[in-house]
Amino acid sequence: MRFELTPRPTVSPVMRALAPVAAFITAFLIAGFVIWLMGRSPIAAFDVYVLQPLSDPWSLQELLVKATPLALIAIGLSYCFRANLWNIGAEGQYVIGAVLGSWLALRAHGTEAGAWVLPLMLLLGIVGGALYGLLPAFLKTRFGVNEILTSLMLVYVAQLTLDYLVRGPWRDPQGFNFPQSVTFDPSATLHPILEGGRVHYGAVFALVAVLVTAVILGRTLFGYRLKLTGDAPRAARFAGFSAKATTMAVFAISGGLAGLAGISEVSGQIGQLQPSISPGYGFTAITVAFLGRLNPIGILIAALVVALTFIGGESAQIMLKLPLDLTQAFQGILLLCVLAADALVSYRIRFVNRGGGK
Amino acid sequence: MKPDVSSSGPPLVELQGISKRYGDLLANDGIDLSIEPGEIHALLGENGAGKSTLVKILYGVIEPSAGEIRWEGRPVSIGSPVEARNLGLGMVFQHFSLFDELTVAENIAVALSHEWSLSTVRSRLGEISRTYGLALDADRAVWTLSAGERQRIEIVRCLLQNPRLLILDEPTSVLTPQEAEHLFTTLDRLSAEGCSILYISHKLEEVRRLCRRATILRAGRVVATIDPRAKSAREIAALMVGNEVGEVRTDAPHQVQGEVLRVSQLSMPPAGLHGQALRDIDLVARAGEVVGIAGVAGNGQSELFAALSGERLAERADAIVIAGKPSGTLGIDARRRLGAAFVPEERLGHAAAPSHRLSENTLISHAAAEVSRSGFILVDAAKRLARSIVQSFDVRTPEGDPQARKLSGGNLQKFVIGREIIRKPKLIVVDQPTWGVDAGAARLIRQALVDLARAGSAVVVVSQDLDELFEVADRMAVIHQGQLSPLKPVGEWTREAIGLEMLGVAQAQGGAHAV
Amino acid sequence: MTIFEAILLTIVTASTPLLIAALGELVTERSGVLNLGVEGMMAMGAACSFAAAVTFDSTLLGVAAGMLAGALMAALFALVVLGFAANQVGSGLALTIFGLGLSGLVGAPFVGARRDPVAPIDIPVLSDIPVIGRLLFEQDLFVYVSIALTALVALYLARTRTGLTLRSIGENHTSANGLGLPVRRVRFWAILFGGACAGLAGAYLALVYTRFWSPGMTAGRGWIALALVVFAAWRPGWVLVGAYIFGAATVLQLHAQAAQFGVPSQLLSAVPYLATIIALLLLSLRHGRAIGAPGSLGTPFVPDR
Repeated sequence: MRFELTPRPTVSPVMRALAPVAAFITAFLIAGFVIWLMGRSPIAAFDVYVLQPLSDPWSLQELLVKATPLALIAIGLSYCFRANLWNIGAEGQYVIGAVLGSWLALRAHGTEAGAWVLPLMLLLGIVGGALYGLLPAFLKTRFGVNEILTSLMLVYVAQLTLDYLVRGPWRDPQGFNFPQSVTFDPSATLHPILEGGRVHYGAVFALVAVLVTAVILGRTLFGYRLKLTGDAPRAARFAGFSAKATTMAVFAISGGLAGLAGISEVSGQIGQLQPSISPGYGFTAITVAFLGRLNPIGILIAALVVALTFIGGESAQIMLKLPLDLTQAFQGILLLCVLAADALVSYRIRFVNRGGGK
Repeated sequence: MKPDVSSSGPPLVELQGISKRYGDLLANDGIDLSIEPGEIHALLGENGAGKSTLVKILYGVIEPSAGEIRWEGRPVSIGSPVEARNLGLGMVFQHFSLFDELTVAENIAVALSHEWSLSTVRSRLGEISRTYGLALDADRAVWTLSAGERQRIEIVRCLLQNPRLLILDEPTSVLTPQEAEHLFTTLDRLSAEGCSILYISHKLEEVRRLCRRATILRAGRVVATIDPRAKSAREIAALMVGNEVGEVRTDAPHQVQGEVLRVSQLSMPPAGLHGQALRDIDLVARAGEVVGIAGVAGNGQSELFAALSGERLAERADAIVIAGKPSGTLGIDARRRLGAAFVPEERLGHAAAPSHRLSENTLISHAAAEVSRSGFILVDAAKRLARSIVQSFDVRTPEGDPQARKLSGGNLQKFVIGREIIRKPKLIVVDQPTWGVDAGAARLIRQALVDLARAGSAVVVVSQDLDELFEVADRMAVIHQGQLSPLKPVGEWTREAIGLEMLGVAQAQGGAHAV
Repeated sequence: MTIFEAILLTIVTASTPLLIAALGELVTERSGVLNLGVEGMMAMGAACSFAAAVTFDSTLLGVAAGMLAGALMAALFALVVLGFAANQVGSGLALTIFGLGLSGLVGAPFVGARRDPVAPIDIPVLSDIPVIGRLLFEQDLFVYVSIALTALVALYLARTRTGLTLRSIGENHTSANGLGLPVRRVRFWAILFGGACAGLAGAYLALVYTRFWSPGMTAGRGWIALALVVFAAWRPGWVLVGAYIFGAATVLQLHAQAAQFGVPSQLLSAVPYLATIIALLLLSLRHGRAIGAPGSLGTPFVPDR
């Protein structure tokens, strides 16, 4: 027996919209099976992963907190992926954005510096991420080096850079030798939207990014340029769109948004630099971007859904003794399911039994 | 229906009621066809009539939705090309099934069964080459070979398996007239040795030269089985096309005015690994005339198109002058703003994005059209423009604003050409305007190009179809290995002279090109 | 054993997993499929091999489990990219994310366990030759296997009929399909071979190189193996050369860290990653774009029937 694929003559928008949902359910069933194999109750896991976070106000806030960097990064990545360019180094751009922004926070630490510190930090975060993202783009456009491998290698380099800084020159002298910087001053801290709440202004940035992107992708020539570059690169050249300029632009945008996510997280959530400032947001955002079908609104929803797996994963670790790695495994299988579902939207699958098949 | 071929026993192959459905489209509809041993049988039909689908079914590449195939009277199911070859079928594909990076011998071996080692292939290749006059170097990589040589590989690949039936799909579309004649001699000889041949074509002349029996397809059905020598070209054309297709009228009064395009000493290195370099190209196109550029595929046509359109830039600005402005170093956008328009060979993926709607596809030549303002897309304007192209150029669409890939080849080509002509460009450069397009659409496109010239634009048509060029062009040149022959009025060219230029023989004879 | 000999020995040990994984990926890519899941398959190979080796106290079973795990991961990838014609880059990334997570689950109970060293195979007499004797003739079995595998893959691709079929399919799957070559079947086995090799490379890491399991222990080696294939222009012999250059870079930076030159250890740790970028850059400077890349690499194939 074997598979055969036949292109569907028409693709209904309903199927297109339902594909990610179906993928999500499939991924859940697979994860439940794995949990069952591990000798735990899939029902209890579902309760911990999904129901409890959704019924607890603290967790709901936490959901927004985790969804913020995911949405920001995934929105940026959607620019690249639409143009069929593979930036898989968002994790590194996130880190470098956080590092460059924090540099200002540490310089301003203990000085009388005023309200300009925070905006400038955010700007530096964007610049840092964008420049770091431009590195693989430059290598690709100037020398033809594959962007997948270079952008990924730069993640390791970024993480090692951060590690060096917090263990070396930027370590808090009064920090009992812990590898971390001083805690940022209030002027360098991104404040919560609601007094006493956990959700900081980064969430607003994410929302703005979603709306602006929706307009850019839907209504501007630049948006069409990305779509054309991704769907028919020769036609894009024929339209007069330089592939090199497109590459540089989308890497700068996605790097910038990842950098903004990084500095927002550090100044809004963590409050200082540490060796690890991300539970893998940069990689998970890839799943988020595809789960959201590279559509800004879709990405917003996907970010909230995937954020759930982070929170659920943390509580499952405490309550069910399920390792955190389960979350990552789930995100991987979810991405596989999403991509397979995408294919199923465009093709009909037939099982063929051929007698005496070779 | 008794064929007029003396034979005892059943036909070699018989197709009965073959149908193939793709979604709503019936590509083949109840086709009956039989081929006698040793017969050269033509399968005639215009583009899109279902010829390629039918032979792919016969060769086991695609599966029929209904119908039966009999081989020597026995029903068979041909599930794959391997099974087809085991039966004794050989196929020469229109778009070659070759592997560029592999050598000739490897290309042949990979299609044969496992008993064939590379060394046996080499020695048998030598034999076959000598017997049939099909010279080939076993160790050359395929990408270094000309289209004619590539076709030889395909033919030798078939012959090595002693086929009972050889299928050739539009074999002369990539050949010079001389190479084609050589091919016909080989086919005559094979037929005399008892090998049947199914010859697919839309060119009447060569069918009359080769075949005594022809099956004519139209819109997926058999409309007649005839002796092509017993009917006039007009009658056969009417059978192929259905209703009479008029000829292109080129007699409108016109005046040739000033230069719109001047190309001087344009040279360019090859673009990719296997590209063709352009060498010292000189070309002038004037307002009011159609300039034709003939040549066998792969001799630099697409490179010339890329250079003229600005998809690749020249070293010197004055190598290409458009409307009086040195443009060699200007991008395609800037050239469009000077009043130039371009239509590349490939419709899907180059001229148009397959998955985008027609209105979105108007944005591709946006620089010269009113579909965007300060970076924003004017969605309504784009839709209006698409609609007016569809109406003015008789584009048949399944719905209001469909995706480009939903259109048939002819209709999409009308849209793509219409998108440029509707802007009334001063200069239009079209690469293979009617490649793979049905006769009705081809006539409409040619007429539109001629009318555009008569209205005062300069039109440059690059084409492999000599009939087309003789029909529309006022002056013509031949491109061969990246060099362009001098432009001469069409009346001064003969087919033989063009054939010699295509082979590069005219140049070798020396001196003809001193301008 | 002198320090110099010891360093050379560790270079061999560091290079072998890169070589094995890259050879597997090379075969997959020559069939026209880009599997970016090497890192994930390697991690699963490491975790499963270590778990099996500790549980059954058998290196052999460990290796078998590692290869099986890699192949199963690859089969999942094959299902998605061949069965559903899904995007290969995305699916490969997903496989890496999945494999890194799942390996954490599999390996969790075995954190802290240790395996004894695998005894080297001592080829008598030859191994007594000074300096090169021990280097060439007293290695563990994997090293010999990896060298033999290089030669076999090279021979397979260049000299065998099935190798020719595989290359043709990678070069142009449309033509291959027109000739009736079994595109998807050949690709399935090529993907599986790549997975088994990645699994074997992971097993080597866990059972020979470190002899313990820790999450994320593959540390980007799968990605470096992918880069090696590009660097080698899809030629097995050059994969061998490249793997040893990278192995040497890895080992030398470790020794440099130990020697404490005053250079930050993080900078030295970044050497393999920076070296990968520089190697890819130098290659592009030399040849222009990806020389030797199979024509159909990374493009989904849907047979038209």
